[in-house]
Amino acid sequence: MRFGVLVFPGSNCDHDCYHVVKHVMGQDVDFIWHKEESFRVKYDGIIIPGGFSYGDYLRTGAIASYSPVMKALKDYAKGGGMVIGICNGFQILLEAGLLPGAMLRNESLKFICKDVYVRVESEKTPFTRCCNTGQVLKLPIAHAEGNYFADADTLATLNAENQVILRYCDKDGKATPESNPNGSCENIAGICNRERNVMGLMPHPERCAEAVLGNTDGKNIFASMMSHVAIFQDSCRLPGYTDLEFKK
Amino acid sequence: MADTKTKKEPDITPELVASHGLSTEEYEKIKGILGRVPTYTELGIFSVMWSEHCSYKSSRPHLKRFPTKAPWVIQGPGENAGVIDIGDGQAAIFKMESHNHPSFIEPYQGAATGVGGILRDVFTMGARPIANMDSLRFGPLDVPKNRYLSHGVVAGIAGYGNCMGIPTIGGEVYYGDTYNGNNLVNAFTLGIAKADRIFYGTAAGVGNPVIYVGSKTGRDGIHGATMASEEFSEGTEEKRPTVQVGDPFTEKLLLEACLELMSKDLIVGIQDMGAAGLTSSSCEMASRGGAGIEMELQLVPRRETGMIPYELMLSESQERMLIVAKEGNEKEVEDIFKKWDLEAVTIGRVTGDGMLRVKDDGVVVAEIPAKTIADEAPVYNRPYSRPAYQDEIQRLSADLIPVPKDLGEVLVKLLSSPTIADKTWVYRQYDHMVRTNTMVRPGSDAGVVRLKGTNKALAMSVDCNSRYCFLHPLVGGAAAVAESARNVVCSGGRPLAITDCLNFGNPEKPDIMWQFQQAVEGISLACEKLGTPVVSGNVSFYNETKGVGIYPTPVIGMVGIIEDASKTVTQWFKDEGDAVVLLGESRDEIGGSEYLKVIHSQERGMPPDLDLDVEASLQKATLEAIGEGIVKSAHDCSEGGLAVALAECCFRGEADPVGCTVEVTDGFRLDAALFGETQSRIIVSVAAGSIEKLKGIMASHGVPCTVLGKVVGDRLIIKKDGDVLIDQPAAQLKKAWQDAIPSLLNA
Repeated sequence: MRFGVLVFPGSNCDHDCYHVVKHVMGQDVDFIWHKEESFRVKYDGIIIPGGFSYGDYLRTGAIASYSPVMKALKDYAKGGGMVIGICNGFQILLEAGLLPGAMLRNESLKFICKDVYVRVESEKTPFTRCCNTGQVLKLPIAHAEGNYFADADTLATLNAENQVILRYCDKDGKATPESNPNGSCENIAGICNRERNVMGLMPHPERCAEAVLGNTDGKNIFASMMSHVAIFQDSCRLPGYTDLEFKK
Repeated sequence: MADTKTKKEPDITPELVASHGLSTEEYEKIKGILGRVPTYTELGIFSVMWSEHCSYKSSRPHLKRFPTKAPWVIQGPGENAGVIDIGDGQAAIFKMESHNHPSFIEPYQGAATGVGGILRDVFTMGARPIANMDSLRFGPLDVPKNRYLSHGVVAGIAGYGNCMGIPTIGGEVYYGDTYNGNNLVNAFTLGIAKADRIFYGTAAGVGNPVIYVGSKTGRDGIHGATMASEEFSEGTEEKRPTVQVGDPFTEKLLLEACLELMSKDLIVGIQDMGAAGLTSSSCEMASRGGAGIEMELQLVPRRETGMIPYELMLSESQERMLIVAKEGNEKEVEDIFKKWDLEAVTIGRVTGDGMLRVKDDGVVVAEIPAKTIADEAPVYNRPYSRPAYQDEIQRLSADLIPVPKDLGEVLVKLLSSPTIADKTWVYRQYDHMVRTNTMVRPGSDAGVVRLKGTNKALAMSVDCNSRYCFLHPLVGGAAAVAESARNVVCSGGRPLAITDCLNFGNPEKPDIMWQFQQAVEGISLACEKLGTPVVSGNVSFYNETKGVGIYPTPVIGMVGIIEDASKTVTQWFKDEGDAVVLLGESRDEIGGSEYLKVIHSQERGMPPDLDLDVEASLQKATLEAIGEGIVKSAHDCSEGGLAVALAECCFRGEADPVGCTVEVTDGFRLDAALFGETQSRIIVSVAAGSIEKLKGIMASHGVPCTVLGKVVGDRLIIKKDGDVLIDQPAAQLKKAWQDAIPSLLNA
């Protein structure tokens, strides 16, 4: 399998994602420079890594969403390609309109780096298919703008279409106000698009995919993507399937 | 086209010379070197290069004392950073530097650019930075200004380090009256390079291009180095324009571009434009390479109009580097920087005449032998003498210090004292996991990062107890080295080398100079005994406000190697039933302790004694036990003594706390037994079945080994002769420890 990791000026989790895909999951992976206007090879999945693209100047993800590579990414996603945006990658996906909603500054107005618990709200995505709905994962967050916001209609749609994939929770899986680290609407930590092939999440699965770092929960996300590619090959590339049609 | 001058250069008058911080003798020396009156630009160049900050003119004679050699040292002091061999063809490159003065004047930017500067010092040598640490010291948090400084400094470090994607994996934060008008911000960075691909700040090869890369030059930070060489007085805030403004995004691009550049064979030398900017980088590179450099200032990229040569040479605009490339590679160098949206402009050439020649639109505005600026700065053997007040502050009538009745309450007070209390509020704002190497996060004795592609890890710690240094600078200096080494050992690391950041008051005062000389001696003795040479460092003098100096604060950054990363140890108790064992032994010492300060409001007495032979044996024995795989946790006893150390073992970071029940047997005053800060002590926990093996290892090194009790229940219970001295729920102690700093900061 072959993955691509986008690199924007200021991306700083690009090496981490590359490392996990290549050395932990044992897959092929390329860096894709933000000035590329098309993908040179056929990728099984694209990762938009965390960091501070363009210094997070203006708004997080705002400038990167206009990079030349974004057109190729949008075409890829439209064609059913699997895209995951982590942290700043999630922010870029929101700014690019590939996912609904927006990010606000954390409620505390401070950068927060710590482990949090998230509940898997749907296993019916290419990114969580190796998890079980309701499963609790421990993943680290590290961001200053992870306070997910969407208007009531959008939230209603997200819920109705089962597009909320991860919610902040306590270690028993309860999505309490105390377990919400940044003030996100409805404790939302990760969402996908209606077609379920594009996901954004604030926690960093690539930071907890090796026993030497004390936690391997993040490996579930990468394993899911690989398993999805292995099983579905081409069928999942068709746009427009809903979670009801999602085969596990 | 020539930038039109808008400012007329002033005439050289005695007043102008004095306002540049140059003495009459220094000015005469300049005239002697040049054989004429300097130009305004030359005066500026000499004033920054001969400032204390850049020239080390007061400290240099003493710094020679440091041991700097070992078989694993690739580069000792004198370069941008120190370099040690860590095996497998890899080198660790590290340094620590102060940004005290700027951080007091403008905390966010001052701290941020401190991080930016130290990062450049490390990646300019070809290393990718993989870990940051910081040593921070503030005045008491009941003073609003200190809360403002704490918020600003921490946010500034976070803002820069997080954006760069370098984890901040540890550090220390102290609070004390002595830092009330003079906070300290010392930033440490460690990077990894191939041992045979190290780059130096040198200019060589006549005709080779001198290339300016990075941000454009503005008027910010002019005379920053001079400002850092003065005491603070009323109106210091007016110096805010001398503080630079950081742009971590540009620095991130600069980092990636430089590393890409260095992966190819295109350059001769490279140096960060740090303090004194274009001036220091050009003349230090020329001086090291025994060459000259000629530059045309009209070619320097600038972001303001009307800048005169003086300003261009002295600007401390951030995120800039100077490169000497191999002739003919200009285009390739430019292309790499263009890829990263950065400017690279050839502004001059290496010459063979040893002169720093600066032209402005073809007109020579400065022409100085480079060696004289960089290496022939005046050196002052400043007078030093032990002050009369030293005897007084070392005097402590312990008989007059009552032993408190409620020792549990004392423990709670100590755990809530900001210096001891939980620092999560600080490091939660730092990304400490990016780069996916962090094995031990901030909060344990040392930060630990694994080295990808090997089975090894590096452990590192920054430490200094400045109260010890004030009371006895020699013992204090040695203790800082010993503690930092002990912290590395407690994580399973074998200490290899140190960097230092020596923060002191005004060196023109004999008592301050004595503190400095003594601390250097203490550091040297400890480094010799523990086999950890000094490979890099920084001196920050003039940390005084209104004539009052800070406690001498020689911060030590220790780096050690863990050969088998799976043997890494943390300070937290692991399993119920494990034995709690004290390695080393407690003595009747309460002088200079946090206990004496917090409970009895006294900062006096002799600090705990340090026997370096005992320390070396303890560390060796502990490493052997860890190597045998029997040590489940190890924690150094420092501020707050045995009782605080035990509590910290119980807290277990982000996990739920556990309890322990222990018995002390010391035959002296109870407060000394529980809260005294006797050096060379480590608390370990081992499975009950490993006790005999541990005892055997300790005995073979002559290290006392006492089983104090075991990990059990959810209370911290300390007894003596059956009497309960302390009995507190661990969760309640942890809460007091956790809540202290947030509640003070948000008051």
